[in-house]
Amino acid sequence: MLNPQLNKNGELQHLLSIEGLPKSIVNHILDTASSFVSISDREVKKVPLMRGKSVFNLFFENSTRTRTTFEIASKRLSADVINLNIQASSASKGESLLDTIDNLSAMHADMFVVRHAQSGAPYLIAKHLIDTKQSHVHVVNAGDGRHAHPTQGLLDMYTIRHYKKDFTNLTVAIVGDILHSRVARSDIHALTTLGVPEIRAIAPHTLLPGALEQMGVRVFTNMDEGLKGVDVIIMLRLQSERMSGALLPSAQEYFKSYGLTPERLALAKPDAIVMHPGPMNRGVEIDSAVADGPQAVILPQVTFGIAVRMAVMSILAGGHA
Amino acid sequence: MKSMTLHIQNGRLIDPANGIDAVRDVFIDGGVIAAIGTAPAGFVAERVIDATGLVVAPGLVDLSARLREPGYEFKATLESEMLAAMQGGVTSLVCPPDTDPVLDEPGLVEMLKHRARNLHQAHVHPLGALTVGLKGVALTEMAELTEAGCIGFSQAEVPIEDTNVLLRALQYANTFGYTVWLRPQDAHIGAGGIAHAGPLASRLGLSGVPVMAETIALHTIFELVRATGARVHLCRMSSAAGLDLVRAAKKEGLPVTCDVGVHHVHMTDADIGFFDSNARLTPPLRSQRDRDAIRAGLLDGTVDAVCSDHTPVDDDEKLLPFGEASPGATGLELLLALMVKWADDQHDPVALNRALAKVTVDAARVAGLPAGDLAVGHAADVVLFDPNARWVVNGAALASQGKHTPFLGYELAGQVRATIVAGRVAFER
Repeated sequence: MLNPQLNKNGELQHLLSIEGLPKSIVNHILDTASSFVSISDREVKKVPLMRGKSVFNLFFENSTRTRTTFEIASKRLSADVINLNIQASSASKGESLLDTIDNLSAMHADMFVVRHAQSGAPYLIAKHLIDTKQSHVHVVNAGDGRHAHPTQGLLDMYTIRHYKKDFTNLTVAIVGDILHSRVARSDIHALTTLGVPEIRAIAPHTLLPGALEQMGVRVFTNMDEGLKGVDVIIMLRLQSERMSGALLPSAQEYFKSYGLTPERLALAKPDAIVMHPGPMNRGVEIDSAVADGPQAVILPQVTFGIAVRMAVMSILAGGHA
Repeated sequence: MKSMTLHIQNGRLIDPANGIDAVRDVFIDGGVIAAIGTAPAGFVAERVIDATGLVVAPGLVDLSARLREPGYEFKATLESEMLAAMQGGVTSLVCPPDTDPVLDEPGLVEMLKHRARNLHQAHVHPLGALTVGLKGVALTEMAELTEAGCIGFSQAEVPIEDTNVLLRALQYANTFGYTVWLRPQDAHIGAGGIAHAGPLASRLGLSGVPVMAETIALHTIFELVRATGARVHLCRMSSAAGLDLVRAAKKEGLPVTCDVGVHHVHMTDADIGFFDSNARLTPPLRSQRDRDAIRAGLLDGTVDAVCSDHTPVDDDEKLLPFGEASPGATGLELLLALMVKWADDQHDPVALNRALAKVTVDAARVAGLPAGDLAVGHAADVVLFDPNARWVVNGAALASQGKHTPFLGYELAGQVRATIVAGRVAFER
């Protein structure tokens, strides 16, 4: 099966995962994003690249933050945005995912931004659009199960590039619940594609997926060892339902072993940056002194996120030269 | 229905049970094999079938085909699936008890047998539920179910959580000499898993079913077999480590046999590709190493039989995100061609004979059925197929109501030309 996110000319048709994206496309997205960053500082924060296009935000799983950033990005591109919280509408009435897509396609959607609890759901939609010959409709994966969150991965890369310039001499540590994290998977693929020589995963064995080494990752279970000499620390959110049970005994014990404190941050390079996809659990995975400290770039990530999502959508819509 | 005298001439007769692989004529009278090679005295053929260029073999014995009756007629009916069996050359099939209601009462089994008999197609051999409602708590009336036509007892896809119940079930079954069919799967490890726990599942973010889900269950089952002496057939082995344990158990002399689903002979988790829900199977497709071990196990005899694991699933349950899609694939019409493919892969003239053994005599032996061979006096269940005819797997062209298989679009060799059940030509192409 061909990679469904590229068209036959090798151009981006859908953004489903960073895995399998050529480095040139990743760089093109990041370069395009940098031209959009300044738009947000203007008095009129709009460009007409997607005027007349309809973007449907299809959120089968709740997410205020990601949905909002996609909404802002669409509006800054002058697109019409329709937000659908599917849990509250058709899926609960028994309509199937593909029926929902067909109905919205009939309303002349140009782009679907999809968040779904099942890994691979955006692939099903993309394949269906191919099968039904609707190649003018594009899909952006806004997070599918544990699989991928490509725009988060790209905005993380944008952030790293902004502060570190060159990827090819970096050591990047990803810390926390990697097992359940689509952000971690997208970051790993993106970092690998961009040539980061050392990617570390730091977590207890219960939060590590099997065979992670085969994704080109060095696994650490000891946080102090894992943080030594790193340039970038990406903290992951620990979902509350994982905090007590068979995976972890308690949030307190987790913080003791894997919380990012100023003392632990001191083990990294002095100019190391601290990232987090949000929303943060202060005192669970990250100490407030770090989250609010000078090395944290968590808020710039949010700002860059809008530019990166504008870049992705405008490239897909073909409106960006 | 009346059976006529039949003369099948000039075919390549492959009867693995009797060590025959040669051009021989077959003579059928009164529903049984009357003679092989030369006609018996006074034989007058009412019909002569020219099998030049075709293989003439025992009808296939499929150790797992879900007919979806009773309860799931929207997914498939006996009519559609029996026709699929005929198109696939399958003349005997074993069906697991996970229908709705579960096959745990003699009346249900009798009804199914009766419905199947009236269609005059494949012989249907149900497995009874080992525990009431497959709930793993109370034993079923195994003797009554056997009288109604069950050939063994199974938990289908529902592992027994309480090991003490499994112990009692094996003790009780062994009292009457019944075979217990178990798919080795721990009740907790890998529960909710949807793909082989390995690099692919990690990459795609699919929850995994580790190999130890199979091996832990095998250790438990073997210990219980040692204690009880019960005969156990292990269904749908999926891993190299599991087959190593079966090999050792057989060497030890434990009364165990095992089968694999035909998908696992050819495919690995890599065939999931970009979340192809047609490759969502139970047990999951595993690594290449596991697939290679299955193929080696077929050669060294560790794996006794191959089944289609036929599971019709309709569009509404398959055209879903991978994790929400129902597991299973259609298989009755693919089993023969996929065994021919396995034989072709071996580049060995005796391979076809060996491949057919796994879906005829060896499968019949596992199930304790008087089928799977063409000895004189035995039932004339015969398949005629062209081993070189190539066809493309296309859902719409399948007789089964299940149109989903990971082999969609594959070109396969081996197409059935005629299926004969008890001396009656039940299907011709």
